[in-house]
Amino acid sequence: MKKTLILTTALIGLAVGASAQELTVMSWGGAYGKSQVEAYHKPFTEETGIKVISVDADNPATPIKAQVEAGNVTVDVADVEYADGVRLCDEGLLEEIDPSILPDGSDGTPAMDDFLPGAVTDCLVTSIVFSTIYAYDSTAFPDNPPSTIADFFDLETYPGKRGLRKGAKANLEMALMADGVAPEEVYGMLETDEGVDRAFAKLDEIKDQVVWWEAGAQPPQLLADGEVAMTTAYNGRIFNAAVGEDQPFVTVFDGQIYEYDGYVIPKGAPNLDLALQFIAFATETEQLAEQAKWISYGPARKSSGPLVGLYQDGKTEMGPHMPTAEDNLKKALASDFEFWADRDTELNERFNAWLAG
Amino acid sequence: MTDAVAAAAPTTRATDGRLTTADGKPLKAALARAQARNKRRAFFLVVPLLLFVVVTFLVPIGQMLSMSVNNSAFYSWKDRDTGDTIPLMVDLRGWFNENEPGTEPDEAAYAALAAGLAHARDIKAIGQIGTRINYEVSGTRSLFTGTSRKAERMEPPYKEAILDADEEWADPEIWAAMRSASKAFTLDFYLAALDRTRDADGNIVKVDEERAVYILLFQRTFVLSALITLMTLILGFPIAHLLATLPLRHSNLLMILVLLPFWTSLLVRTTSWIVLLQSQGVVNDLWVASGLIDDGNRLQMIYNRTGTIIAMTHILLPFMVLPLYSVMRPIDPSYVRAARSLGATSWTAFRRVYLPQTVPGIGAGGLLVFILAVGYYITPALVGGSSGQLISNLIAFHMQKSLNWSLAAALASLLLGAVLLLYWLYDRLVGIDNLKLG
Repeated sequence: MKKTLILTTALIGLAVGASAQELTVMSWGGAYGKSQVEAYHKPFTEETGIKVISVDADNPATPIKAQVEAGNVTVDVADVEYADGVRLCDEGLLEEIDPSILPDGSDGTPAMDDFLPGAVTDCLVTSIVFSTIYAYDSTAFPDNPPSTIADFFDLETYPGKRGLRKGAKANLEMALMADGVAPEEVYGMLETDEGVDRAFAKLDEIKDQVVWWEAGAQPPQLLADGEVAMTTAYNGRIFNAAVGEDQPFVTVFDGQIYEYDGYVIPKGAPNLDLALQFIAFATETEQLAEQAKWISYGPARKSSGPLVGLYQDGKTEMGPHMPTAEDNLKKALASDFEFWADRDTELNERFNAWLAG
Repeated sequence: MTDAVAAAAPTTRATDGRLTTADGKPLKAALARAQARNKRRAFFLVVPLLLFVVVTFLVPIGQMLSMSVNNSAFYSWKDRDTGDTIPLMVDLRGWFNENEPGTEPDEAAYAALAAGLAHARDIKAIGQIGTRINYEVSGTRSLFTGTSRKAERMEPPYKEAILDADEEWADPEIWAAMRSASKAFTLDFYLAALDRTRDADGNIVKVDEERAVYILLFQRTFVLSALITLMTLILGFPIAHLLATLPLRHSNLLMILVLLPFWTSLLVRTTSWIVLLQSQGVVNDLWVASGLIDDGNRLQMIYNRTGTIIAMTHILLPFMVLPLYSVMRPIDPSYVRAARSLGATSWTAFRRVYLPQTVPGIGAGGLLVFILAVGYYITPALVGGSSGQLISNLIAFHMQKSLNWSLAAALASLLLGAVLLLYWLYDRLVGIDNLKLG
């Protein structure tokens, strides 16, 4: 009896000792999660000896909010969309991050000038620019491939199932752009009830044909299974399936919605100091550039740009696949974080009722 | 031990006529003492289980019930750094206490509001307040966050300043919602769970059609659960009968076939159905290959209600088969033979003799499947698309995504209430002692 007691005490001691050198990072899994493991986690462990544990969620903003509200925080660092980062910060659910911990760019530019405008907020440090696009299987439309956001909603010319993310964000904006609204007018219109009605009316046109996805890894799978003919997706996921796995997927950047995404620390994170250390490390010039070799998301530091070269296959130029490439920005919408920080709850409520009805 | 011996000792009749043990104690007391000891021992044996049930079952259900009628987001804020609880909107709540419902908000009210907003902004509680009122009046979260940004710089007259920031503040519905959210006890979440809300005068009215969703989903949940229960009965009854009547060596093999899926992970079974039923899946491929349907008209059997019904019927089937089997096994086949020899047709013999004996199994299986189906959520979430979602999926949505735990608790309590009501009805109609679970 005494022996077991000593043994368990020793084990607990070991576990406590070990957990002091562990860091839990929650992200989105799939190809994006892998890019972070390769570009941030592994080098971080090599340099500091601190083990990084990756945890996946469909959207880390919701589990960390639940954890903080329940007073049971197990995650040290979370990767969230910019709008969610602002909203959670407003609600006092995130630790503030002192920007002075961020090192200068490798070319000597001061950190705050090196990051893209607005990329560092009270609680969030942006790592990437990603975009919601739509993609199709080129074998499904060999003759007259779709090329505009309106084509996504055109079931007559382009029959077949559609994949959409189960939620209001991005769907409403795309519906309005497909309905002929110019990108710069989209949010002004969504502020009004008529605008929201118009967006839902447009979504109604394809509602019967929609397969809803929740995790970012699902859309490439739905396309590969032939379950949908086109689907909205995060651009990097489609890139990895198309270039990395030779799937016949084509990305349409017309009507894309791009947004920042970055790291936050939930309030009461068990390893606050390590979390800060990790964020400072991961958002250095080299690490951001390294990540772009694994997935087609734009780095948040200007100084990383010139360092981005080829995809890890050694032959694909990353530049044209980035959401921020000039060709891809012709008809593009910058996601309005203030709009979504304020209206996420109410529009999702309406979305749910619409979905169930 | 001594007590037990004492209790067992020969008894004598005391002078007053009561039975006593040999040492003169009343027999009744000695017996009670001996038994109390055993009872205590038995109680200590079940203490771990009792504690487990209390901690993991009763306490959470109690918390859920209390959360559904109590939401403090509008009037109290927990500082996560210090652990202190800070009251919010103190002045405004004071104003509500002094003035009758429906009073036109005056300058004092607006001043209290401005002070409350500025304070909440300061301690980062404004998101919480806005979210709370947004539960009652949709579209007001941004009103709170937006106005609070300006509240600090506001100067009297506050009424003008606030209406200047956003004229929506004149809406009496918002004031009614704030008043209602100031109270510790509220039934608003139950109203919301029944697609109802309060208008500016406090009357209960239906919400806009485009936001009404819960009643529809409650109905759908109960109709689909009843359908699934019926399907498992139709499919499970013959299987259970076969299992019960075959010789043991055959029926054992069959039993394993029933139990094998029962032991397989729920997620594996659900995703297997996706593989089978999706439009490029095995079933559609077979039909196209055999020429039953052509390639362009593949059937949509998943990501809709059909998918939910098929997958859930399969997953819940063992819960019907096992109670039926345990009831059918001991039924003596000679009863049916006797009925037949007395001239009953096979249908009459089944209906009048065999079926009534299986009723406890049907009741148990039906109740089990139905109650499980009503609360099912992972399968509909994966294969239900939009038309196959059940109320539990919205409870999960409010638990995990919108984080409106009070509404989730109200929905769950309604579900619990409905199940208890059904249980009571069952008891009245069939009798609960008539239930045989195994």
